[in-house]
Amino acid sequence: MNGAMQTHNRPPHPAPLEDPAPILEMRGISQIFPGVKALDTVDIKLFPGEVTALIGENGAGKSTLVKILTGIYRPNEGEILIDGQAVSFANAQAAIDAGVTAIHQETVLFDDLTVGENIFLGHAPRTRFGMIDWREINNRSLGLLQALESEIDPTIRLRDLSIAQRHLVAIARALSVEARIVIMDEPTAALSRKEIDDLFRIIEGLKRQGKAILFISHKFDEVYEIAENFVVFRDGRAVGHGKLPETPQQDIVRLMVGRDVKDVFPKVKVEIGAPVLRVEGFTHPTEFRDIFFELRRGEILGVYGLIGAGRSELCQALFGVTRASAGRLVLEDTPISIGSSGDAIRAGIVYVPEERGRHGLALPMPIFQNMSLPSLSRTSRGGFLKAANELALARKYAERLDLRAAALSVPVGTLSGGNQQKVVIGKWLATKPKVIILDEPTKGIDIGSKAAVHGFIGELASEGLSIIMVSSELPEILGMSDRVMVMREGLAAGMFDREQLSAETLVRAATGNA
Amino acid sequence: MKKLFKHREILLVVIIAIMIAGFATRAQGFAAPGNLANIFNDTSILIILALGQMTVILTKSIDLSVAANLAFTGMAVAMTDAAYPGLPLVLLVVMAIGIGAFLGAINGYLVWALQIPSIVVTLGTLTIYRGMAFVLSGGAWVNAHQMTPTFLNIPRMPLLGLPMLSWIAVAIVIGGWFVMNRLPFGRATYASGGNPTAAVYAGIDVGRTLFFAFVLSGALAGLCGYLWVSRYAVAYVDVAIGFELDTVAACVIGGISIAGGIGSVAGAVLGALFLGVIKNALPVIGISPFAQMAISGIVIILAVVFNARAERRVGRIILRNRAAVEVQA
Repeated sequence: MNGAMQTHNRPPHPAPLEDPAPILEMRGISQIFPGVKALDTVDIKLFPGEVTALIGENGAGKSTLVKILTGIYRPNEGEILIDGQAVSFANAQAAIDAGVTAIHQETVLFDDLTVGENIFLGHAPRTRFGMIDWREINNRSLGLLQALESEIDPTIRLRDLSIAQRHLVAIARALSVEARIVIMDEPTAALSRKEIDDLFRIIEGLKRQGKAILFISHKFDEVYEIAENFVVFRDGRAVGHGKLPETPQQDIVRLMVGRDVKDVFPKVKVEIGAPVLRVEGFTHPTEFRDIFFELRRGEILGVYGLIGAGRSELCQALFGVTRASAGRLVLEDTPISIGSSGDAIRAGIVYVPEERGRHGLALPMPIFQNMSLPSLSRTSRGGFLKAANELALARKYAERLDLRAAALSVPVGTLSGGNQQKVVIGKWLATKPKVIILDEPTKGIDIGSKAAVHGFIGELASEGLSIIMVSSELPEILGMSDRVMVMREGLAAGMFDREQLSAETLVRAATGNA
Repeated sequence: MKKLFKHREILLVVIIAIMIAGFATRAQGFAAPGNLANIFNDTSILIILALGQMTVILTKSIDLSVAANLAFTGMAVAMTDAAYPGLPLVLLVVMAIGIGAFLGAINGYLVWALQIPSIVVTLGTLTIYRGMAFVLSGGAWVNAHQMTPTFLNIPRMPLLGLPMLSWIAVAIVIGGWFVMNRLPFGRATYASGGNPTAAVYAGIDVGRTLFFAFVLSGALAGLCGYLWVSRYAVAYVDVAIGFELDTVAACVIGGISIAGGIGSVAGAVLGALFLGVIKNALPVIGISPFAQMAISGIVIILAVVFNARAERRVGRIILRNRAAVEVQA
């Protein structure tokens, strides 16, 4: 791994000639989940008064690292040193006691508590008699918020604050403990440019206090603006690190994406046929706007973008789970209107959701009933369910997908994750769709199964299905797609043919960095 | 044997048989066919209501208004019968089912359209329907002598050794089995409760399924309104007070998961019979009414604990049905 490291040794900016001693050091950290190595012998150092940016694709292991540092996971291997002393966090409180605090991506705050209560929840100052010291809470909250240049009254309820103000409360909460190491997990995701500037001023202040900051972000411009160091994660490994202003962006992108992906995904050559689905000016009140594209028979359209770019929302609207407020859908030259998922299924558009457990399966129900659920109109006779037809249908797709189960009548909840996945896919294939939308089809499954899923997607395309594949994994998008639509902040930020595809182009379009 | 016990319905049958045998040692003739037929007849109304309740619980909801619905409908048909003795009974029964279904539809509409949790909606309508029964009757009773003989006698009329009331329950059990297993609506209730989001994604209108579950529960409660006043030959405001809890208890004992999506018609019926046997046995073997309530309560809690454990241990096995046999054959 050291081979990939970049060692730019410019004189560190304040003064000393050598790097100062790191506050926190992680050595050889590995985190193994059943079937997946989420982190693989990762080394990281955080220095006092410096911001280290952690960069990587979704699923590269950033969140796992945050969870280890905040005591939620305990690593299987490796050690964490604070000021050179080995520490181990038995739980989240131990991490806080050791001086690590985190501002999470999705802030965990309570709408119906006051700002002060939110800031001091769990470590409220007590009076001499062990009662909660409200005056102290409010005074200290006020102090913290003022240090963040905010005028929020600590006694009002969180419900009444804007998103950005809530974020400030979350930051105040993180700083309310004596922390020397501050982790910020995509802190700017919900903020406007002005609020980001405010946040960066706060970070500069923290730097001056000598705190070490781990800053996780997708946005390169911000990373270059605020960070001194960077670490790039890919597939659970730290593949490179270095100093920031002097490392060019192209190098970082290359580290993020890694291997030349077109070789890993031997794309099945498919004859692209006539247009199947035309989407014109598709618009949702809040999530996306003015989406145009055309999908042809046998084509795989990749949809790439950052989390929150509106990709899943677009697909859900195409599938009728949410309603688009404007726009037109034309399926095989017939305009269609989709008001519910039932309409979409009848029209031949199906959606394999990202969260298969939550959206895909009724776990207590038997396999065959899950599989037949969207196809009941075809398996029933005269309005009555026909178990024999349902079983025949389920058996057909179970064989095709090589589903391993004791019987088709066992509840889906008793199956392994991979087999549950097969039930979801079988269920949708059984509706005989024309267009199949796959939302993050390989999220959370191991490399071997991924290859199988990719092979299967290619097979579907060669049978003439049109596929929309939403994915956050660049290699997957680059390797599988005939064309790629990139979304950014609810808009289509570009449409690229296979010949034009490159990791750099897509990342630029997705992040808006020219 | 162990595998047999995995099927909760069979286990319940065994437990009920053991209970009957046990009670028979203390009270002579408890296990006599005649007495068992009596117990079944006694439990008929609970069985019918438990089936309605089951449909609602399968969708992750609860209908606390069934007993109040029953009281109002029962009062309405009893007063109609007293006021217009010439009306044919069929009309009164249709009226009972119609009123019940309408009251159920109110619950269903509030839950569906306004997205209010069903426990809140039906807790409210419970008091409203009971109050409506009071307003309708002015607090007065309708007594046996005011009711027509047909109104009173049909449910008691013996047929092949069992009263009509029992046969009605049997018919509804068969009908319930058919609805839950052979109609898309039945499947939709399991799917809506098992995973509402997945149900939506599969093209099922979860809200409408909920609505019709409440309508069904209400219609059965309405029917029971007539059966109840006819059986006890009296209609008053406090008829069947607290009986909604018995219906929930029957479902819970029968293995219908309060979290939705798990349960069977056989389970609900056996849960109701289980309660029926206990209620009939305890007075016979001389246990005070106060202890009876405590014992019923303990049984319900044990059933819940057992359910929770069963669901954890072997995944969710309760839904195995006829199809299991077909696959393996």
